[in-house]
Amino acid sequence: MSVINDIELITASAVRLAMPLAFAALGEWIAERAGTLNISVEAMMLGGAFTAVMGAAATGSASAGVVCGVAAGALIAFVHACFSHRLTVNTYVVGLTLNVLVLGLTSFLLVKTESRQVDKLTIPYLSDIPILGPALFDQRWPAYLLFGLIPLGWWLVHRSRWGLEARAAGENPQSADVTGIDVNKRRRQALLICGALAGLGGAYLSVAAVGTFNSNMTAGRGYIVIAAVIFGGWTLRGTIAGCLLFGAADATRLALPALGFELNPELLIASPYLLALIAMIFFAKSHRGPAALGAPFVRGIT
Amino acid sequence: MSAPTTRLPAVFTPARLSALLLYAVSFVVALVLATALVTVTGHSMSDTLLALYQGSLDGGASIGQSLDEATPLLLVAVGAIVCAMAGLFNIGQEGQLLIGAMAGAAVGLFVPGPAWLVLPLTLVGAAVGGALWAGIPAVLFYWRKVDVVISTLLMVFLAQQVASYAINTPSLLQETVEKGQVASPQSDLLPDAVQLPRLGEYPDLTFGYGVFIALAVTVVLAVLLKYTRWGFRLRMLGNNPVAARRAGVRAVVFGGGALLLSGAGAGLAGGVILTSTSFRFQPGISDNVGWDGLLVALVARNHPLAAIPIAVFFGMLRAGGGFLASTGVPRYLVSVVTALLVLAAVFPAAYAEVRKRRRPATAPAGATA
Repeated sequence: MSVINDIELITASAVRLAMPLAFAALGEWIAERAGTLNISVEAMMLGGAFTAVMGAAATGSASAGVVCGVAAGALIAFVHACFSHRLTVNTYVVGLTLNVLVLGLTSFLLVKTESRQVDKLTIPYLSDIPILGPALFDQRWPAYLLFGLIPLGWWLVHRSRWGLEARAAGENPQSADVTGIDVNKRRRQALLICGALAGLGGAYLSVAAVGTFNSNMTAGRGYIVIAAVIFGGWTLRGTIAGCLLFGAADATRLALPALGFELNPELLIASPYLLALIAMIFFAKSHRGPAALGAPFVRGIT
Repeated sequence: MSAPTTRLPAVFTPARLSALLLYAVSFVVALVLATALVTVTGHSMSDTLLALYQGSLDGGASIGQSLDEATPLLLVAVGAIVCAMAGLFNIGQEGQLLIGAMAGAAVGLFVPGPAWLVLPLTLVGAAVGGALWAGIPAVLFYWRKVDVVISTLLMVFLAQQVASYAINTPSLLQETVEKGQVASPQSDLLPDAVQLPRLGEYPDLTFGYGVFIALAVTVVLAVLLKYTRWGFRLRMLGNNPVAARRAGVRAVVFGGGALLLSGAGAGLAGGVILTSTSFRFQPGISDNVGWDGLLVALVARNHPLAAIPIAVFFGMLRAGGGFLASTGVPRYLVSVVTALLVLAAVFPAAYAEVRKRRRPATAPAGATA
């Protein structure tokens, strides 16, 4: 019985840790399919987490904080989009700078706030399912947004006209441009969606999972998100699977000492990056990124 | 298109002037934003500026501190520039620096020999360590076409865990302590002989010899890039890989070599930090020098010599940041200011480019009228 309990506990913890990653990874996946390798997803998550806590403290409602977090993520995405897809500054330059900027800004403005968390929503009956029930149906309410957002994101990218145009902008911007698609506009829009979702992920981390904000709270989760998209071979199901896997690795790292197992913690922390690299090395055929990933689009020859 | 009535020197053409004006405006905007940030949080901007000045320029010790901070930044930046010139974008300097420092510490602690030999070996070991760490993405790129940006970025986080493993394992780099004491996650102190000598006496101007290493590396690479066949081929590869291949430039040799060199620069920066300021290997030894050095390269717009003053300026900001704490302003202000300055530095050129691209649409209309 205790084994079942342990598994239940680790599963619940894995899903809880994967949740913020999954929100941001969904956004990052959309942005990458449109051709932006968005490094500033770390900044977006951190900004979202910070603003959510500040918004919650200012309005007195954690749910309003979530909305603030989404707005902050979108604002950072707007700055990034203006710099890299209106002006043609290299997207990595902008991303790195924004990461430095937001990390500095959130640490600079940090004030102690009382812990405020959004409400827990337990779905009756479903949450009683052994092992999976508590993990999936006994969460803070923003978590349930994910169940709607993932199909919505898939539909948007793979079934809507907008998604077709955005993917064209990511695969072959020159041809897309010739057929009359505003490549940089699609990329800006995809980036804004990414910002909003990453902000939501950050907000989930701060006002749903933890309740407060501390300096450099995301601690590289944005980079894990990038690794998840790569690990998933730029498919949505692979990306989400990557998030769950990396969440599980994190949960295992936290749980193992209590269970009495020895496993190198460094290896578990490094596993997302290692797995993403291995995926890129050994599945080069199936793991093909959008052809124009990270290349700025300028109309003209070449 | 009216010609100016009086001939001005070429420096003062309207285009140049508007570009200069644009630079001035964007820097002013960045500084206004920083001032607003300081004022809104209830601090005084003049106190902040005074603290930054005291920490970076006031007296020999502060100037020395600024130079010490600028040294690794310059080394990282020059490496990044070489790589960028070959058309590859290495953003993993933070990891290469960490691995370099680790390799340097291993050489400095475990290689027996006379002091005059071990110290250079430590620095060389650090450079080789960084180069090897950058070599992995190079191999992945030319073997499996794995994007360099992605792989170098991911390798940063692998490097952090490798370093963490090395200093938490007693048989590797973790410090040796007497029985009963708890060993911290850091390496032993380097022996005195393996510490880089310093120039000058303490209360007055004093800085490590690393400054000269960094300057020499920068100047040599600048000359090599500009005047030698190697530099020409490297730039050719970066500007037009297809033409370079037709001309017989082997991308693997030159591109891979540039990546190795950039890793060596970052590793050497780690070695210099190790032997001149920290003296032992710790996880926090990189302290964002890798990222900041990359920003120096970006602001310098791939001119090795331009990187020197910019590295010094960023070093001043970092040195001043240490002094900020005394005024109650969090030192994170420095990263905010740094980032704002970088954005201000990249904006004008990009804006001018957009303007230039829009112009052909209107110019023919003006010509026919």
